[in-house]
Amino acid sequence: MKTPLALAISAAALTFTSVSMADDPTPGGVVNTIIQPEPPGLVLGMIQNAPTRTVSGNIYEGLLRYTTDLEPMPQLAASWDVSDDGRTYTFHLRDDVTWHDGEAFTADDVVFSADVFHRELNPSARAVLQHVESIEATDDHTVVFTLTQPFGPFMLSFEAGTFTMVPEHLYAGTDFRDNEHNDHPIGTGPFEFSNWERGTVIELVKNDDYYEDGLPYLDGVNWHIIPDGASRAVAFENGTIDVLPSGTVENFDIPRLAEMDNVCMTEEGHEYFSPFAMLWMNNREGPTADKRFRQAVMYAMDREFAKDVLWNGLGNVPLSAFGSNARFQNDDLEPYDHNPERARELLEEMGYDGEEITILPLPYGETWTRWAEAVQQNLREVGINVETQATDVGGWNQRLGDWDYDLAFTYLYQYGDPALGISRTYLSDNIAKGSPWNNVEGYENERVDELFNEAATAFPDEEREALYHEVQEILHEDVPVGWLMELGFPTLYRCDVKNLVTSGVGVNDGFKDAWLDR
Amino acid sequence: MVYARLIIMRLLKAVIVLFLIVIFNFLLIQLAPGDPAAILAGQAGAADQEFLNQLRERFGLDQPMYVQLWRYVSGIAMLDFGYSYRLGVPVFDLIMDRLPATLLLTGTAFVLSLVLGIVAGSMAAARVKKPSGSLIMALALVFYATPLFWVALMSVVVFSVYLGWLPAYGLYTVGAGHTGFALALDIAKHLVLPATTLALFFMAIYTRMTRTSMLDAAQQDYVKTARAKGLKPSIIQRRHVLRNALLPIITLAGLQAGQMVGGAILTETVFAWPGIGRLMFEALEQRDYNLLLGIFFFSAALVIVFNIITDLVYSLADPRIKKGAA
Repeated sequence: MKTPLALAISAAALTFTSVSMADDPTPGGVVNTIIQPEPPGLVLGMIQNAPTRTVSGNIYEGLLRYTTDLEPMPQLAASWDVSDDGRTYTFHLRDDVTWHDGEAFTADDVVFSADVFHRELNPSARAVLQHVESIEATDDHTVVFTLTQPFGPFMLSFEAGTFTMVPEHLYAGTDFRDNEHNDHPIGTGPFEFSNWERGTVIELVKNDDYYEDGLPYLDGVNWHIIPDGASRAVAFENGTIDVLPSGTVENFDIPRLAEMDNVCMTEEGHEYFSPFAMLWMNNREGPTADKRFRQAVMYAMDREFAKDVLWNGLGNVPLSAFGSNARFQNDDLEPYDHNPERARELLEEMGYDGEEITILPLPYGETWTRWAEAVQQNLREVGINVETQATDVGGWNQRLGDWDYDLAFTYLYQYGDPALGISRTYLSDNIAKGSPWNNVEGYENERVDELFNEAATAFPDEEREALYHEVQEILHEDVPVGWLMELGFPTLYRCDVKNLVTSGVGVNDGFKDAWLDR
Repeated sequence: MVYARLIIMRLLKAVIVLFLIVIFNFLLIQLAPGDPAAILAGQAGAADQEFLNQLRERFGLDQPMYVQLWRYVSGIAMLDFGYSYRLGVPVFDLIMDRLPATLLLTGTAFVLSLVLGIVAGSMAAARVKKPSGSLIMALALVFYATPLFWVALMSVVVFSVYLGWLPAYGLYTVGAGHTGFALALDIAKHLVLPATTLALFFMAIYTRMTRTSMLDAAQQDYVKTARAKGLKPSIIQRRHVLRNALLPIITLAGLQAGQMVGGAILTETVFAWPGIGRLMFEALEQRDYNLLLGIFFFSAALVIVFNIITDLVYSLADPRIKKGAA
């Protein structure tokens, strides 16, 4: 079901596309937007949290960009070849790229970034690099990655936030975290770092020597730092702010802001991340250790209601463990529709005795608190005795890291491929205390491990598909975690900001092509 | 001489108190669930054990607690507050960076509330059975009872959104490039709403307290005497009543002044004012222990300093106190 708001967005998106095709971009102007929360630093690759990616995705670049269908586009690499056995990837770099300090960007920078910098600092790059045997610069503008065996999602790993290109001449041989250039990041991107007034604003200015002709159009981007959600909404309302990136205002403010004159909205630009909201269910102890109980939870939850009421009808209720933007989704599975009757039967069958369980909302604001309340009510309707417990971020981390919970909300990025963003939640060798981001639920299934591991390195894609389809059937039956929603994170902006989202990570590298029609 | 001895004694005590506060804060903070490494890792969205270990080692969190405590306390003794885990910047620099904005806000609010509160309270005391006096007290009660965040949000809605008179947030207009006098004017405009919001509550308290205290003092024999010898009512009010009524107000002002560093979290958050209160709140959420302890230290030091100042002001307002203290 689409709510009026969701329909309005589709309509707005259509008109927007047709108008922007007709216009010629005009250069100039500064866009004011929001960054929330304030990032701890701006050296992408060293820091990878969402706000750093969003700001620094305009300063730094990767070898590739991705379309909203997650097809690779040239960026620092102009072209690439993949060998027939899927083990050798050759990237041909652009030869006209310079760093913001004027030095030339070469293949040595790529080797340094991937082989030295990211291996030391970057957990998500490290996960990919374990499949890489060697990285070599065969000449100034050619880099060859040789893999130990084929790795399906390899081509999806070169986005700016995951495999950031950092300048070798400034970082080689230094203590990366103490490097003096961390205060003034140097990248190859369309915008240069200008100024950071802590607690107030981060200012980026146009890179005049950018290698793509005519780009960027904007003279600069100001990222305002406003800690209170209501104040951010006001700043957009009174016209100070042109662009509200996703997640910067509470969901219940969005319909009101979207209805204002000259305000457009898009859900695009998250395809690469495709944040997937889940309910951790403790597979180790308590009622949640019983598969039937977990299935009952799935049947008890009215996920469509949560989507329509709490998320303004945006997003997508997933079928199972693989979201709609992940590849290899198995569409043949029977959906877990809202079915309280079935849930009660399952609870009866397992002999649930009304033992009290707890649910931890994600401490990320009002929407998540309300969502937990909605789920609590759904579960109580089928006779599950559940209490909500409030925590802050530190407490939530600790409770999950110590496996001290029954049910808990979270959301994880899918990164376009099951081997990058999905398998990590279910692989048994990913069980380790102390982190809330691994196999927290404690699910162990040898067949699932086998299938995921084989599928990651199977070649070509048809083989991967068969393996992933089988693993989805098992997961669908076992319900290791609850699959709540693929979140729709809308970006709100003045309609005269054109061409804002042009890639699958659009929210993070969007200002490159943007221009102002004022 | 008496003053000098008083101050030296108080300063000595203050150092001991501060030392105890540092240790107590350090231990208190260990009780909070979660550690900074896990939170930083969590924000990265992906973290392996190696990443967590790197961070813990870097922060010294892999050491036993007594080693951490010793390192921290010996650092403080050399006035070294360490580095912020999250921002990688010396804590001292961060605090000094934010201090001016906070002092501008809380200092303005302090002066505003004190002056207006005493004036309004004196007026109410002089008009004790008249409607205008009741009106002042009714207003004071309203401001006293209204939650700060609500006043803040409503003032934004009215003065920024509907009327468009004042900026809704921030310290200055980003991108306007003001300098000199234009910048000062710009900052002053941005200061109006947060400073007023912050001042209202204390102003209400000062008003109520001044009135009560003055009515009380007006009953005293020396006031009767003053009246009997034919002094003008305005002089009696100022010299005899107000001066004697000031003591409780000084006590309260000392308390308010002590809160000037960390007392404006809500106001700074709603108005995006780049001050210490926000820094502290973020540090708390991020379990950025060094930064948090640093801010606690500064706040505690300020409270102690203002306690001493308050005592000195007492003895100025009422010379009888000096003898007692010495």
